[in-house]
Amino acid sequence: MIEPLVKVENLKKHFPIKGGVLGSTVGQVKAVDGVSFTIKKGETLGLVGESGCGKSTTGRMLLRLLEPSEGKVYFEGKDILSLSSSEMRKMRRDMQMVFQDPYASLNPRHTVEKILEEPLIVHGMRNRQERKKRVKELLEVVGLSSYHAGRYPHQFSGGQRQRIGIARALAVNPKLIIADEPVSALDVSIQSQVLNLLQDLQKEFDLTYLFIAHDLGVVRHISDRVGVMYLGNIVELSTSEELYDEPLHPYTQALLSAVPIPDVDVKRERIILKGDVPSPSNPPKGCAFHTRCPQAMERCGSERPAFQEMKDGHYVACHLYG
Amino acid sequence: MSSPVLNVHRLKTAFATDDGEVTVVNDIDFHVNAGEVLGIVGESGCGKSVTSLSVMGLLPANGKVHGDIVFKGENLARASDQKMRSIRGNEIAMIFQEPMTSLNPVFTIGSQLIEALKIHKKMSKKQAQQLAIAKLKEVGLPRAEELMKDFPHQLSGGMRQRVMIAMAMMCSPQLLIADEPTTALDVTIQAQILELMTKLNSETDTAIMMITHDLGVVAEMCQRVVVMYAGKIVEEADVVSLFKNPKHPYTVGLIRSVPDMRGKKERLYSIPGNVPKPGSIQTGCQFAPRCEHAMERCFQETPELTSLAEAQKVRCWLYVESKGEGAVDRTIS
Repeated sequence: MIEPLVKVENLKKHFPIKGGVLGSTVGQVKAVDGVSFTIKKGETLGLVGESGCGKSTTGRMLLRLLEPSEGKVYFEGKDILSLSSSEMRKMRRDMQMVFQDPYASLNPRHTVEKILEEPLIVHGMRNRQERKKRVKELLEVVGLSSYHAGRYPHQFSGGQRQRIGIARALAVNPKLIIADEPVSALDVSIQSQVLNLLQDLQKEFDLTYLFIAHDLGVVRHISDRVGVMYLGNIVELSTSEELYDEPLHPYTQALLSAVPIPDVDVKRERIILKGDVPSPSNPPKGCAFHTRCPQAMERCGSERPAFQEMKDGHYVACHLYG
Repeated sequence: MSSPVLNVHRLKTAFATDDGEVTVVNDIDFHVNAGEVLGIVGESGCGKSVTSLSVMGLLPANGKVHGDIVFKGENLARASDQKMRSIRGNEIAMIFQEPMTSLNPVFTIGSQLIEALKIHKKMSKKQAQQLAIAKLKEVGLPRAEELMKDFPHQLSGGMRQRVMIAMAMMCSPQLLIADEPTTALDVTIQAQILELMTKLNSETDTAIMMITHDLGVVAEMCQRVVVMYAGKIVEEADVVSLFKNPKHPYTVGLIRSVPDMRGKKERLYSIPGNVPKPGSIQTGCQFAPRCEHAMERCFQETPELTSLAEAQKVRCWLYVESKGEGAVDRTIS
């Protein structure tokens, strides 16, 4: 068996809630509460879920932009949580991030050239001429032109800015790119351009993606495997075909049925979930979903279901199957 | 055939800016029939929100409306401020994308709900409160009595949007303008809100003008659809024709650009180029620079919105035979 590029074991992030006169910790927000998954080399793993489910926090912990409270992250077999911050900085040459909001993640006072040069300088490309050449190369790779190098972020449209964000991530030839909602801020016609670009780049540079998004259509399109998150847990994980065609977890079923499909012929049985997602500072006991689950049993309120393999590579955490 | 509640004729909305006048909505015609759900679709900057603000008379001071907006025989484009105030929130109501920014954070839900009733219906506070509680229950909110005393920040996004809908439905308006009402919400909450709006539309006589960029929402909710691009209507059709037989190359491209949840395609179709900035006017068809069917004529002359079938209109030279012969139907891919 080939070693996966990334292996995550029982990863947790609990944010303390400070309160009282002395600012003591009065509770915890369990943003991510024990997730485990692997990402194989060259594949795209999608993480979907609604706001607050912990998908972005998970992405950030892989890069150690947030320190995990518990758990292990292995990158190419190396435990990255034991690295010192300078070792980690070197490590980030192999793992880069593309953010959601291309307006907020580019420095408005730097030219595109400066933005793209920065990672090169940080990772030790000293020669100025070489850097200039690389910037040009990068711009062309993402479908912009070399004359864009002298411009500022505000002179670009949203889609172009996202291309700059992608170019910046590519600058240091990473192996893994964590894309956190990279197309959610874009219009449909521009979104498809950026998705196609991401797929082209993956083929060209043999990239591995962790693709975090809330749009189920987008995630299916780009991912080989998909994990569904709810309240800090992965409730189901499988290949994208199987997950979308035969979802096992009641939450996945409800989530998929809730998406409006742009086709007038489709009349679907819709599962409407009652109520809102509970607060992660006080998640329900047992299965976190049991308060809204249409198929909840007595056991679901007391016992947390294990995340187990049902079929080949199809994992689910639900008492219906155990 | 139901009669229109709203008839918009040659609406043109422009903003005075430092760089001169910028036309955002450029000569559009549409109507909303009583009780129907009309979708207005388009990408950012196409003028769909400005259209709704023009109807409501809520444009900022530098905005100017030309043309006619006829609501129940009254031309809103020329109505006095006083007249507009008596219509807004009473006969035409609006809900916005972000419910947190459209609710006042320092007043309770209750006091914001009954405000419209006190003004428009001259109701006593007690009566108004009772009606408000009834409306909150109607939109599916639990413990409505307690909710009246809550402040907006105590509610979740989905609950806030329900409060907004309850508030809009307070005076039983004839027309509800919903500007991206579910864009800020999660899919499972979006499903709840769409179900609620469909229910309200079928139970009351309120027509809905649904402004959205999401074609899924359109397919789900609307009976008729208007597609906008760069301030103009490029296609108007009933919802079935729009999805089964889209005519304008922009509509075709837009529908094909959406990743399908039901099956995987190797590569997504994408429309080349960028969405034009509002006010960037070029001669000919606005879509021509991004259109794969563009002909020489498209860059020189602006096509008119032409009727193809009874309920389908398209603004494109592909469907116009040489002079004066009207439209031809054809299918493009």
